[in-house]
Amino acid sequence: MKSGSNLEKVLKAGHFAVCTEIGPPKSCDAEVIKRHSETLNGYADAYNVTDNQTAIVRLSSLAASSILVTQGLDPVLQMTCRDRNRIGLQSDLLGAAALGIKNVLCLTGDHQSFGNHPEAKNVYDLDSIQLIHTVRQMRDEGRFLCGEEMKVRPAMFIGCVANPFADPFEFRAIRLEKKVAAGADFVQTQAILDMERFERFMEKVRERGLHERTYILAGLMPIKSARMARYMQKNVAGMMVSEEICQRLEKAEEVKAEAVELVVEQIHQVRQIKGVAGVHLMAVAWEEIIPMIVQKAGLYPRPECDES
Amino acid sequence: MIIAERKSITDIWQMIEPFKRIALIGCRGCVTVCMAGGAKEVAVLAAALRLAAHERGRELVVFEEMVERQCEYEFIRPLQRSYPQEQAVEGLVSLACGIGVQALAECFPHLPVLPGLNTSFLGMPERSGVWVERCHACGQCILDSTGAICPIARCAKNLLNGPCGGSQEGMCEIGNGVECAWHLIYERLARLNRLDSLQSLALPKNWAKDRDGGPRRLIREDWEDEV
Repeated sequence: MKSGSNLEKVLKAGHFAVCTEIGPPKSCDAEVIKRHSETLNGYADAYNVTDNQTAIVRLSSLAASSILVTQGLDPVLQMTCRDRNRIGLQSDLLGAAALGIKNVLCLTGDHQSFGNHPEAKNVYDLDSIQLIHTVRQMRDEGRFLCGEEMKVRPAMFIGCVANPFADPFEFRAIRLEKKVAAGADFVQTQAILDMERFERFMEKVRERGLHERTYILAGLMPIKSARMARYMQKNVAGMMVSEEICQRLEKAEEVKAEAVELVVEQIHQVRQIKGVAGVHLMAVAWEEIIPMIVQKAGLYPRPECDES
Repeated sequence: MIIAERKSITDIWQMIEPFKRIALIGCRGCVTVCMAGGAKEVAVLAAALRLAAHERGRELVVFEEMVERQCEYEFIRPLQRSYPQEQAVEGLVSLACGIGVQALAECFPHLPVLPGLNTSFLGMPERSGVWVERCHACGQCILDSTGAICPIARCAKNLLNGPCGGSQEGMCEIGNGVECAWHLIYERLARLNRLDSLQSLALPKNWAKDRDGGPRRLIREDWEDEV
């Protein structure tokens, strides 16, 4: 066991894992996080906590993850390279481990021009792959990036993301291989809204044997309006939304019910793809729908994994 | 070369507000080539300022001067003779890059020296009227491993291990028609049959050679004068 996190135990035991996501509020209101954690508790094996997502200032991912620990949930601390240099990142990682956080997801981070402080200076001292490398070195070798030793090693289950919908397509599996080689124990993909492309991506992943070296969680996103689907299809960099999904939502009488139906179907589809070890459900600003999706997909209750 | 852009007339007008006699100092180096601070641009700015002064009934004398390269003391020194300090003019407006502004100020310790340009980046013209950034002067060139395309200067996140998830159809997620540097690198290395070089992990960069290590200085002992 690398970290002993619930997510690691569930995956190691061979269960089909479920992760979901909690976005911290744009204020210091801890109640928002507690409310989300109460709604979602028991419906996932681990809960991602986003790190100033889309470069908008929010309650820190580290603090929110710590609150989840006190609520008895297993958080996945998201860490981007945008706002902190290698000193800040390593320091926060030690702090996270000290607070009982056992999963970390290493990301590059959205460019600050998308957020509410577009005049900010960005950092990107490390990139996401170098961050994975850093965490792995701290955990497995007990050494900081500079080579100095530490007394207690942070036991982290190391995650990364992969975006099969970004270009160049042929490079995406190579990039994932670099992340796995750098130390990624698990992968969460960008929201799959084009199943055909995801299947082609997984073919390339299997050609490289990556599904046997890391746990791959398929990212899925319920979209609660047809307009939102169209918007993402046209305007969001790094996302692809199939025409079928847009049209199904447009034609649906009950759009929200159709959205749930779509995600449940997608869960069944990705379960059939060799090398997919679980799902990561991202219901941005629609967290309360997660329990219904998990139940309808036959993924409830979640497995209880013994302490080991 | 260094690419620069002239500040707005309004900004320059505000800077020279306290003065009645100024000199505009252009440079025949990079800023002449990128058409921001050459003899022509000095003449245009001088005419604009004189006209603005005339319209407002304000007394303003504008001299025009050119320096071969404003980033070298030896080319600025002749100016020191034509402007015996404090007498001829009350302020100098440099139409050189930020290096020129500072070199000029060092040669005129008792005169206000003001920047007439915004120094933009190290780059080149892509086509007529369009200049693009190519080098960040990071102090440790990696172009050998990136197909001679610089991700430090040309990737919005200066990534070292390939394109982020925001690269689509060859374009960067930040928009503005910015090409994804890593997409370009990928295509070039594929053409050169050298994609294998993208498989190995590029370790964290030593940013101490960039400006993060403090202002930089280069010493060549073989050329250094005896002090």
